[in-house]
Amino acid sequence: MAQADAELESLVRAVRAGEHAAISAALAHVEDSRPDMLELQRRLIGRLEADTPRERAVVGITGPPGAGKSSLAGRLIARWLAAGASVGMVAVDPSSRRSGGALLGDRARLRFRPEERVFVRSMAARDQLGGLAPATRAAVAVLRAACDWVVVETVGVGQSEVDVETVAETVVLVLQPGSGDTLQFMKAGILEIPDVLVVHKWDLGALAERTRADLEGWLALTQLAAGAWRPPVIGASSETQEGVEAVARAIDAHRAHLAGGELDARRTRARAAWALELFARRFGTLGLERAGGRAEAERLCAKTPGSALDAFSALARRAGLPE
Amino acid sequence: MADRPWIFRTYSGHSTARASNELYRSNLAKGQTGLSIAFDLPTQTGYDSDHPLAAGEVGKVGVPIGSIEDMDDLLREIPLGRMNTSMTINATAAWLLALYVAVAERRKVPRAELQGTTQNDIVKEYLSRGTYIFPPRPSLELTRQIIEWTVASVPKWNPINVCSYHLQEVGATPVQEVAFALANAMTVLDAVRVPKAELGAVFGRISFFCNAGIRFIEEICKVRAFTRMWDKIGLERYGVTDKDLRRFRYGVQVNSLGLTEAQPENNVPRIALEALGVTLSRDARCRALQLPAWNEALGLPRPWDQQWSLRIQQILAYETDMLEYPDIFEGSVVIERKTAEIEAGAWAEIARIEELGGAIAAVESGYMKQKLVESNARRVAEIESGQRVVVGVNKFTEGEPSLLLQGASSILSVDDAAGREQIERLRAQRAKRSKPEVESALTGLRDALKAGTNLMEASVRCAHAGVTTGEWSDALRAVYGEYRAPTGVDSAVVPRGDVAQLAAIRARVDEVSKKLGRRLKLLVGKPGLDGHSSGAEQIAIFARDAGMEVVYEGIRLTPDEIVNSALQEGVHLIGLSILSGSHLALAPEIARRARIPVIVGGIIPGEDAEKLRAEGIAAVYTPRDYDVLRVLREIVDIAAAAHGAS
Repeated sequence: MAQADAELESLVRAVRAGEHAAISAALAHVEDSRPDMLELQRRLIGRLEADTPRERAVVGITGPPGAGKSSLAGRLIARWLAAGASVGMVAVDPSSRRSGGALLGDRARLRFRPEERVFVRSMAARDQLGGLAPATRAAVAVLRAACDWVVVETVGVGQSEVDVETVAETVVLVLQPGSGDTLQFMKAGILEIPDVLVVHKWDLGALAERTRADLEGWLALTQLAAGAWRPPVIGASSETQEGVEAVARAIDAHRAHLAGGELDARRTRARAAWALELFARRFGTLGLERAGGRAEAERLCAKTPGSALDAFSALARRAGLPE
Repeated sequence: MADRPWIFRTYSGHSTARASNELYRSNLAKGQTGLSIAFDLPTQTGYDSDHPLAAGEVGKVGVPIGSIEDMDDLLREIPLGRMNTSMTINATAAWLLALYVAVAERRKVPRAELQGTTQNDIVKEYLSRGTYIFPPRPSLELTRQIIEWTVASVPKWNPINVCSYHLQEVGATPVQEVAFALANAMTVLDAVRVPKAELGAVFGRISFFCNAGIRFIEEICKVRAFTRMWDKIGLERYGVTDKDLRRFRYGVQVNSLGLTEAQPENNVPRIALEALGVTLSRDARCRALQLPAWNEALGLPRPWDQQWSLRIQQILAYETDMLEYPDIFEGSVVIERKTAEIEAGAWAEIARIEELGGAIAAVESGYMKQKLVESNARRVAEIESGQRVVVGVNKFTEGEPSLLLQGASSILSVDDAAGREQIERLRAQRAKRSKPEVESALTGLRDALKAGTNLMEASVRCAHAGVTTGEWSDALRAVYGEYRAPTGVDSAVVPRGDVAQLAAIRARVDEVSKKLGRRLKLLVGKPGLDGHSSGAEQIAIFARDAGMEVVYEGIRLTPDEIVNSALQEGVHLIGLSILSGSHLALAPEIARRARIPVIVGGIIPGEDAEKLRAEGIAAVYTPRDYDVLRVLREIVDIAAAAHGAS
């Protein structure tokens, strides 16, 4: 055990130092779905989260397929790197329902030189709905320990893929002009999630202008509580780079807003969502009932100290189920 | 009256300008009537021979041309005023044309006498060949400038050869070949800015480069459909009234995709039959023909191999009676029906592309690439299931050992010393030239770029001053930027051939993944400058369909980038695809550094395969291994064994 502890400590140190080989090894641990890995994962995540600086940011990028999420992410990452920060990214792609296989193509649109301080991991969504992959939350915890910024790019959103809100603190919704998506999103409630709205491919001109006007019109009709964040609508183009700076500034502004008090609430919610996701994956809705129902489970998660994996164990104990 | 024979060419060039010049002169002495220059990948993608990305590629698939001195050597004792020279050059077409014109000027040959073709078709580079540099829109702008300049200054030159050739090589159906090429030509013509009265002259200078496959009746109908459609486009879309200017002028290289590594002697009849498809119809006969050699699937052909292919052309033109008759298909109901069918399909496809906004938009959105990837997957599945017969490969495979493969070597191997010699030569040339002249010529080029005016005269001046290929290209990169084309594999939908076998592989992938603790993950990479990506794409798609998670980043990656991606992605195995002959320089280095199993596919001679295995490559695949399912099974086994999950 002492030797295992020493190995864990040296891995944790190397991850924190941003060593890519260590990050890769840690990700292999947290992606491992064999049940006997749970204990190692609990200790690893616990150790990493304990010392992760509070100000490290998790930015979610979501939007329909073809909107240019990866390209915009690439532009933002380049800015952060130029400012001296390090960046980690999880890019989620859909899996084939039939074969279980997946083509992970986002890297092709994110070209960074090997010596740059950026670590990109592609993940397949496998059988998980909601836009994330099963290990996305754990991967974010690892990358957050290693990098100043963490970006999560979801699979193209359909109508129910809104989980990004429970892993990222700032959500950027990327839309392309004139695709008719805007109306669909309003209907589906997806426009309630983003903190920053981007009308991408801004170089398309009039069509892009109209989409922005539609979005602003819709936002103007939305009732917001006093002091609530009002999502800005920004036109941007990854091709010409116009507007990319404004997107980066909007993200900074949103983070400043969160620092006023909302950040802790978001992180508590993220932890509960992670614990419940693990729990539901293992024990299903029946298990959730035995733990006292969703609301009760969320309360229990909020009360339990430690990481999401500790909260998961607390839920299992409450439900009288083996971990 | 008998028809004139077409121009006989052989696509060739390798090692150095001097070695290639000797080859050209001996080919001309054997009765070849035009030149077809193959450039090496650094020249095609705008790098000097001593650039890090050029490592292992110099002089491999063609001749390296670093400056006017190389071009001068390449054309030594070749009469430029009488020669018809085809240059397979695209992203750097403006530069190689400028070098050609500058050499002519050195020899006092007037521009107006120069005849030949710059391929200059960038759309198919994004779809198939992969030697693009710039994004689509600046590339189109460059194409436009070359056209406008040659029509005015080098009037007998064909400024662009719109290619359907490379589309068939990546699996295009005849309808796709016709539709994509014509949509591409229209996009180019729409971009050209000349007074309306001159549009006919421009239209008349657009030529095409087609493929011809083994289904030669269908190919006859395809070129007839091309001919009719181009005529109609000229008349109706561009208002060209002179019928001669509306003639569909095209050159051909027959199919290499169907040439086999197994029983390679069978390729000789294949090549001869394919040539019939584009020579039999007098009304739709090719203007120039180049035939591949019987041993292309094995490696680079030797002079004797190329001579054999030239003889096929000479026998068709001079021994047979095909040139003596008018169009022999006139009045054939069967040929007419098939032609009309291809034509109707192609018009419908053109309408779809126009709806998407034309050829450039259909490249940017990935539409055309995706359609080609799907067609090719269908073709591969048909060969695998035996539905499409390939003699000696999936049928009649028993036979005598090939006598052509006996003896020391049956291919040409390029000496690595040639690459080193080229680099030394380039450095000597750089040291010799006048610095102020080079600077002033480059400044002229940058000014033209900034002003958005035609780059050709400034490029000719750069050529005379001794500017290098890398310097010229860097000046353009700085303004135009670089591009990565859509890979087309993310969304390709492919009908599967052998469902039961695939299901068995899936079950095995599931089993191994369970033992590994996560799903088997594979990185497919193309190191080096070679852009022929269809092999890599097919492996990526089939591996996904077999249940693996596949990371595919497209072409032109350095070994550093591949090793880095493999680490960040946590893959269990790396598959490399290399067709340019640089496998020994690239693959072992990646295997040493990545510390996970590496497999390699490509045109790899047996001897090299041995060397690769000795240097730690887990498996080597060549065109002989057409059975993708077997390759997949082996991938799973290799990965499982290496990660303790057998």
